[in-house]
Amino acid sequence: MLSANVSVRLGVLDLDVSLEASAAEVVAVLGPNGAGKTTLLRAIAGLIPIDAGRIELDGGVLDDVARGVHVPAELRPIGVVFQDYLLFPHLTAVENVAFGLRAHGVKNGEARARAMEWLERLGIAAHAGSRPQALSGGQAQRVALARALATNPRLLLLDEPLAALDASARGEIRRELKRHLASFSGIRVLITHDPLEALALADRLVIVEAGRVVQRGSAAEVTARPRSKYVADLVGVNLLRGTAHAGEIALHAGATLRAAEPVDGEVFAVIHPRAVALHRAHPEGSPRNVWRGRAATVDLQGDRVRVRVEGDIAIVAEVTPAAVSELALAEGGEVWASVKATEIAVYPT
Amino acid sequence: MRRDRPPLAFAVLAAIGVAFFLLPLLGLLYRTPWNTALAELTASEALTALRLSLVVSVAATALALLLGIPLAWMYARIAFPGRDLFRALTTLPMILPPVVGGVALLFAFGRRGLVGQFLDTAFGIRIPFTTAGAVLAATFVAMPFLVLTVEAGLRSMDRRYEDAARTLGASRSLVFRRVTLPLIAPSIFAGAVLCWARALGEFGATITFAGSLPGTTQTLPLAIYNALETRPEGAVVLSLLLLAVSLAILIAMRDRYLRAF
Repeated sequence: MLSANVSVRLGVLDLDVSLEASAAEVVAVLGPNGAGKTTLLRAIAGLIPIDAGRIELDGGVLDDVARGVHVPAELRPIGVVFQDYLLFPHLTAVENVAFGLRAHGVKNGEARARAMEWLERLGIAAHAGSRPQALSGGQAQRVALARALATNPRLLLLDEPLAALDASARGEIRRELKRHLASFSGIRVLITHDPLEALALADRLVIVEAGRVVQRGSAAEVTARPRSKYVADLVGVNLLRGTAHAGEIALHAGATLRAAEPVDGEVFAVIHPRAVALHRAHPEGSPRNVWRGRAATVDLQGDRVRVRVEGDIAIVAEVTPAAVSELALAEGGEVWASVKATEIAVYPT
Repeated sequence: MRRDRPPLAFAVLAAIGVAFFLLPLLGLLYRTPWNTALAELTASEALTALRLSLVVSVAATALALLLGIPLAWMYARIAFPGRDLFRALTTLPMILPPVVGGVALLFAFGRRGLVGQFLDTAFGIRIPFTTAGAVLAATFVAMPFLVLTVEAGLRSMDRRYEDAARTLGASRSLVFRRVTLPLIAPSIFAGAVLCWARALGEFGATITFAGSLPGTTQTLPLAIYNALETRPEGAVVLSLLLLAVSLAILIAMRDRYLRAF
């Protein structure tokens, strides 16, 4: 069990994050670049001191600022797969994997033998004598994984494990990595800015933005109820925020929305772009929410068209190409948007 | 590739520039007494000077490596107060007239010097006019080349490799020996070669601080200067020898290692 409360100020970054992870799951810390993910990883690994907080791993205290405890990186039972892998360029693959064992006092011959076993387990033994420069991205990643696991860590940290790979190789290597992660019995935490990577590899997500955790939960929970614009954009839905009173939501941006649920208090309102209807004139009939706007952008995406509407409520609508031509919709043109009250998902902030 | 035509003025000035460097070499070759060259080279004074030069320059390089690598590491990694001032002071010998360095060494390690008088009275150690003095003089002028080159190497290396080594359980000293040193090996090699070449050619500080005693402090450059007054042919041959050694260094280093400098 990893339990980390980390507070670090580093330049413009103000990181204050808590993170729990057990050996039963793979946890992904997901967030945009500059959110403080790598700083969090370096703090857990002991590579940078924390300003406040406490880090505990399987009952052992690694950091406790209040008590003045800081276990140096080399004494932490933590394996790290770095971004770009950082294989030592002056050592062969097998020497890279044996490095940690040698540092732990294992004799040279035995360290090499055990390193070879790890390379075999990861299916890369044929490249044992290769220098890192001669390895492909996927091969280098397996060597880096073997190197991190060879010292039997209780926690495995992975920093953007797929970012260094070509897009064409990524899918295959991601499936492979998922298999290897499943075979490791310790705690697994990976850090990524790529939602696809996070969803594919992790059981639980921790979303970090600007140094704070904005949301945590399973992939289903996080995507069903986004709590930040970052997550809403990942999922591709409209996220609005306001104060509700008996189902009437006064948006912070100014306008008012009517939802079917009679909620009260500070709320998020999520509207799927497909639930937004567009019209040339004020629509007749039932929709409870109607407003006038301007089509700021019109983008064809696959067989759908995404229209960003600016107006009292800024929103993205997803309509068919046929609807676009019927509406004679052009960028900058006037348009009416409507959303049924039943299509608005509302939940407390 | 573009094929530019040089302006006439550039071509002429560049030709004069090349001639300025080539003519002295040609002069040396012109005056070389080829029929007695081998005899001059194998004369015992020449061999003694050559042997002493090698001993002094290698010892100076070893001393520079021993002190210079930790110093370069401090400059590159530790933001201690006055770092820029210290760096400026330790690189001063690169531009200081060597004879001034020799005088300064005398006032530090001479018999009445700052440290020298203490060494003399407490241990009976006298450095000036000994081989050790020649080594100190050579180290004084040559070590800055090593320090600057190694510091540049330390600054440009990717420190995340050191982080990776630490997460694998390597102590600070193990990280330094097994990761940092191998990664900056090209810089250390380049710095050591530059340092050795400078030590080999050292003249001013040596003659001031250590004198020109054959077999003890009279290195090759000093022997050449000495021979010039008595046997110019000998000076020419010894100069050729030093020239050949320098040329060999340049060729061995190629421009690969010098480019960073």
